[in-house]
Amino acid sequence: METYSRRWFLGASTTALVSAAGLTACGSGGSGGSDGTLTAFVYGDDAAKVQAKAVSRFNSSAAARETKGSLRLEKVPGAEYPAKLRTAMGSPNAPDVFFNWGGGSIKAYREAGQILDLTDVIAGDPVLGDGFLPSVLDAGALGGRKYGIPMRGMQPVILFYNKTLFAEHGLKPPATWDQLLDNNAKLKKAGITPFALGGADIWPELMWLEYLVDRIGGPKVFDRVKNGDPAGWGDPAVLKAARTVRELVDDGAFGKGFSSVAYTNGGAPAALAKGKAAMHLMGSWEYSTQLGKFPDFARKQLGWCPFPTFDGGAGDIRNVVGNPTNYWSVNTRTRNKDTALAFLRTCASDTYARELIANGDVPATAGADKLLDASPSPEFARFQYRMVREAPAFTLSWDQAVDPDAATPMLTEVNKLFVGKSSPERFVAALKELK
Amino acid sequence: MSHQRGAGRPHPSWALPAVLFFGFFALAPMALAFGLSFTTWNGLGEPRPAGLANWHALLTDGRLARSLAVTVALTVVSCAFQTTAALLLGVWAAGPQRNRAVLSAVFFVPFLLSSTAVSLLFYALLDPNFGIVPGDTLGTTSGAFLALVFVGGWQFIPFHTLIYQGGARQIPEVLYQAAAIDGAGRLRRFRSITLPQLRNTAATSLVLMVVGSLTYFETVLILTQGGPGTDTAILPYLMYEAGFKSYDFGYASAIASFLVVAATTLSLLLVRVTGFGAMRSTREGM
Repeated sequence: METYSRRWFLGASTTALVSAAGLTACGSGGSGGSDGTLTAFVYGDDAAKVQAKAVSRFNSSAAARETKGSLRLEKVPGAEYPAKLRTAMGSPNAPDVFFNWGGGSIKAYREAGQILDLTDVIAGDPVLGDGFLPSVLDAGALGGRKYGIPMRGMQPVILFYNKTLFAEHGLKPPATWDQLLDNNAKLKKAGITPFALGGADIWPELMWLEYLVDRIGGPKVFDRVKNGDPAGWGDPAVLKAARTVRELVDDGAFGKGFSSVAYTNGGAPAALAKGKAAMHLMGSWEYSTQLGKFPDFARKQLGWCPFPTFDGGAGDIRNVVGNPTNYWSVNTRTRNKDTALAFLRTCASDTYARELIANGDVPATAGADKLLDASPSPEFARFQYRMVREAPAFTLSWDQAVDPDAATPMLTEVNKLFVGKSSPERFVAALKELK
Repeated sequence: MSHQRGAGRPHPSWALPAVLFFGFFALAPMALAFGLSFTTWNGLGEPRPAGLANWHALLTDGRLARSLAVTVALTVVSCAFQTTAALLLGVWAAGPQRNRAVLSAVFFVPFLLSSTAVSLLFYALLDPNFGIVPGDTLGTTSGAFLALVFVGGWQFIPFHTLIYQGGARQIPEVLYQAAAIDGAGRLRRFRSITLPQLRNTAATSLVLMVVGSLTYFETVLILTQGGPGTDTAILPYLMYEAGFKSYDFGYASAIASFLVVAATTLSLLLVRVTGFGAMRSTREGM
C-alpha cells in the first residue's frame, strides 16, 4: 500500500510539473519572437523526432546564421492537430511554419491570406524545384499554386493481403475486379472474411470509394470536385462506385460487424494478422503498424499489391490514391521569411531523407530510390516508391482535398452508405448538396 | 453586542470575487458565443455578420430536430436505467449487511475513472472480432444507443448510488420499527416509507442526471462518433462537429446557445415539477 501511494504521489507531482512546464512554455511562446526565433508546428507523433533532429541541425547550420534566425519546434500531440492549428492561426501566436495535409486542409488559410504562395519560390530554386517527386508536389497544390514542401513519408493506399491464407486457398493478388470477386467467393466458402475494414473510423471506408471512382471513371472525376464543382459528384462513376460498395457489403465482403471495428485501436490490423480476414485496403502505414504489433506476420506473411482494375473502367491500375505526404507551409506574417525558406530547403537533403527512411518512411524526394536499401524493409519501400513515382495520377484523400466543412458531412454520407442507411442514389444526391 | 445583529448576513461585497469569477468565466463566454451565433466565422480573421442565417439553418435544416430527438431519448432511457439501479443499490448500501462497506467501495470505482478511459475500455470490449460482445453492436442504431446508455450508466450509477445511500441513511429508524409492529412486509416498507422519504434525494439526483445527459460528450465522441450515420449525434456532439471539424463556429455557437437555454429551462422545470424548490420537508407531520 505504501509503494502504491508513493507511486501515486510521484505520478501526481510529475503531472503537475509537466502541466506547469507546459504553461510556462506557452507563456514564453508569445514573447519569444523578438530574438528572431521562428515557431514551427508539427503533428506530434512518433515520426516528429525526425523533424526535431532537422530543426536542431538547422539551428546550428550556416544557413541559420546567414539569415539571422533559428527555429523552435512545437509538437502538437494527438488527433486534434487541425483544430489546434486553426485556433493558433486565428490568434496573435500563430506559428511561422506549420505541418499540414495540403489541398482542402489549407484552403481556409489561403482564403484568409495567411499562407505563402511558394509556386515561384519552388520554380526559381533548384534545390526545391528538382528535389521532390512532381506528382507529390502537385497533389498538395490548390488551383495549380503550390503552398507546401513535402516533409514526411509518402502514404499511398495499398491492398495488403495475408500470403499464408492466399497460399492455403490457391489465391492470387487480384489484378482485375473479377479476380477480386472470385477470391471473395472462395474465401467466404472457407469461412474467412475477404476484407478487414475499420468501419468505425469511417475514413477506411472512404478509401474504397476513392479507388473505385478512380478505377471506374479515372482521376478527372474527383479532380472536378476538388477544384470546387460539387456537380462533379453527379458523374456516373460515383453512382457506379456506390453501387459496387453496396454489392460488396451485401455480399459480406467486409464481414458482418465491420462498423464496430476500428483501425485506430488495432481491430482491423489484428483481423488481418490473425487470419480472420484475408485482405486489407489501407494506407502504407499499415506496414509499420503490423511491424509494431505483429512483427513475425509483417516480415513473413504480409503481401501487398495495387488496387485492381475495374472492367470497362477508365482508370489506370497505376493511379494512386492516399496522402502523398505531409507538407510544411509558411505563414505570410512570418517575421523572417529567409530563415523559414532556408529551413524548408533542408527537407530536400539526403541527410533528411535518410532519417525518414530509417524511421520506416519513404520520402518524396527525387533521389530517394538510391537510399531505400537502408530501409527496415527495402522490398516494401521500393514497391511504394516505384508506385508513387510511376503513378500517372495521385489523388489526395477526399477528406483532405475538400473543404473541412464539406468533409464532415461527406464522411457521414459514406458511413450511411456502408451501414445501409442510404442508397447509392441518395448518396450521390447528398454529395451534390455539399458546399 | 453589535455583532449579533448582523450575524449570518455578510456584506454583499464578500460575494464580489465569486461574482467576478462567474462573470468572467461563465457569463462573458456565453454572451460571446451568443454574439458569434449571428456571424460566419471559420476561426481565421474577423467574424463576418450573418444575421439570422445560422439560427435559420439550425431551425430548418432538420439536424437540430433529429439531434434533439436522440438527446431526449438518450436522456429519458439513461435516467430510467440509472435511477432504478442507483435507487436499489443505494438503499441496499445504506443497510447494515456484512461486507456492505467493501462492496460499496468496489461499486464506486467506475466513477473514479475518466470518461475517456471508460469509453476506450468499452470500445475494445465491443470489438466484433476480439471483444467480449459478439456482433455489430456499434454499427446498428439500437446497439449503439444501448451501448451509450450502458456505458454512461456503468460510469455514473455509482455516483447516484452514493446520493441515494446518503438519503436512505437519513430516514429515521422509528418509521421502520412502527411499520414492522403494524405488520408491514419488506416490500410494503420500501414502497410506503423508503420511496416517499427519498423524494428530495430523487429530485437532486434527477436534475444532475438530466443536466449531465445534456452535456454527455466524450463517450459519444469515442464510442460512436455520432454514428451509425447520424443516429447517435446528440446536441453536444453536433456542436463539436460543427465547431472543431467543420470550423463553422457561427453555427456551433447557435447550437451552444440553444443548449444553454434548453438546459436551463429544463432544470428549472424539473425543480418546479418535483417540488424540490419549495424544500418541503419529508418529516412533515412527524
